[in-house]
Amino acid sequence: MSLPSGIIRATLAKDLRLEWRSKDAINSMLFFALLVVVIFSFSFDPLAEESRRIAGGLIWVAFLFAAVTALNQTWTRELRNQVLDAYRVSPAPANSLFLAKAFGNFIFVSVLEALMTPLFIIFYNLRSIGPVWELIPVAALGTWALVVNGTFFAAMSLHTRSREIMLPLLLFPISIPALLAMVNATTNILTGEDSARFWIVLLATYDVVFTIASLLLFELVLDAE
Amino acid sequence: MSLTDTNAASATQPIVSVTNLIKQFGRFAALRSVSADFAPGRLYAILGDNGAGKTTLLRALAGLTQPTQGKISILGSSDIRSVCGRIGYMAHPSLLYDEMSGMENLRYFAQLYGTKDEQRCTSAIAAVKLDPALQRPVGQYSQGMRQRLSLARALLNDPKILLLDEPFSNVDVRSAKEMVSLLAQMRDAGKTIFVVTHQAALLDDAADEFVRMEAGKIVSRTFELHLEEAR
Repeated sequence: MSLPSGIIRATLAKDLRLEWRSKDAINSMLFFALLVVVIFSFSFDPLAEESRRIAGGLIWVAFLFAAVTALNQTWTRELRNQVLDAYRVSPAPANSLFLAKAFGNFIFVSVLEALMTPLFIIFYNLRSIGPVWELIPVAALGTWALVVNGTFFAAMSLHTRSREIMLPLLLFPISIPALLAMVNATTNILTGEDSARFWIVLLATYDVVFTIASLLLFELVLDAE
Repeated sequence: MSLTDTNAASATQPIVSVTNLIKQFGRFAALRSVSADFAPGRLYAILGDNGAGKTTLLRALAGLTQPTQGKISILGSSDIRSVCGRIGYMAHPSLLYDEMSGMENLRYFAQLYGTKDEQRCTSAIAAVKLDPALQRPVGQYSQGMRQRLSLARALLNDPKILLLDEPFSNVDVRSAKEMVSLLAQMRDAGKTIFVVTHQAALLDDAADEFVRMEAGKIVSRTFELHLEEAR
């Protein structure tokens, strides 16, 4: 399996440039996540203790739903003018395209998280009792878990008739173990009741398994007619 | 001239060879047992009505569609992936990013072929008579400019074989004639060029052979366009 870093860098730079100019993914993700935060904050009026217990679930579900909009955009722009065919006729490996897209989505979702997390903290009056620094690996590993599968399944649903529905149908069930790990790790850190280490290790294992599986299978997905 | 006569006439080893090529889309057969050899350094005009199988044949040669049955050999290899760096492909859609300028598009695609040579992008864009300094995004180009930029993209890797699907559509007559003249020069330089077109008259002087397809089959190969038109 060859992964030329030059092609990954070039494709990533191209995707960042396209997103900077169109702002399709970031705008739709931010708008969606903001709506979730505001609606949830009006729906519940939790005490500080309750907030710590439910915030992990709310925050990750909001990011998961918001990420789906970005994941769909990633491949939609490759369908315009059938530009994906220009990649397919080149000698560039399919895996490089996949990794560049996954890195791009990781950056977009990370930007979303960086912007939305302070709002969550304010709206839910969150204060962590456990070690806050542990939220960094949880966020990084959790985000990668979402985007690696999301990028793969978004490509898989590319040629289906209702791909915007197909992506969540494929992505959400397979993301359940990762989501469980993200939510439990975040809740444990916020409440300080238990160690998050087990969930972080589970998340890391999930990431390794699904990254390798996606890299091995992506060429088949790209060439599917 | 029959298919067999043409093949006999070309003493050189074929650069592209297809044998019993069949492509089914569900129950519809887009290609029905197509067999043909194509000699190097020639310009082939592939003609036929809509749905004749021209684009499917070109996509199969580019490695974009897998044949249901049959064999394709290009540059001596049956693994198109291994020789795709020596094939240039221009499709009916532009295969370009509308949000980027012409040079930005070419720089990106050049990197897919392992080159960061700015000069190569500049020569490709100049060859199709576009201005490398043009900063406008491709989305604001006219259809003709897009077609020419699309051709420049196909030339980036200095391919041995060029596969062009409707390169003259929406291009004004003067620009189309310039494109034909460029293709003739490239053929003279040793490239093998396949042009799928509905505007066969443009290639009357430049094409070496006119290949006519009907209902997924090659039905004739002729050296003169008027023989083709007489059918």
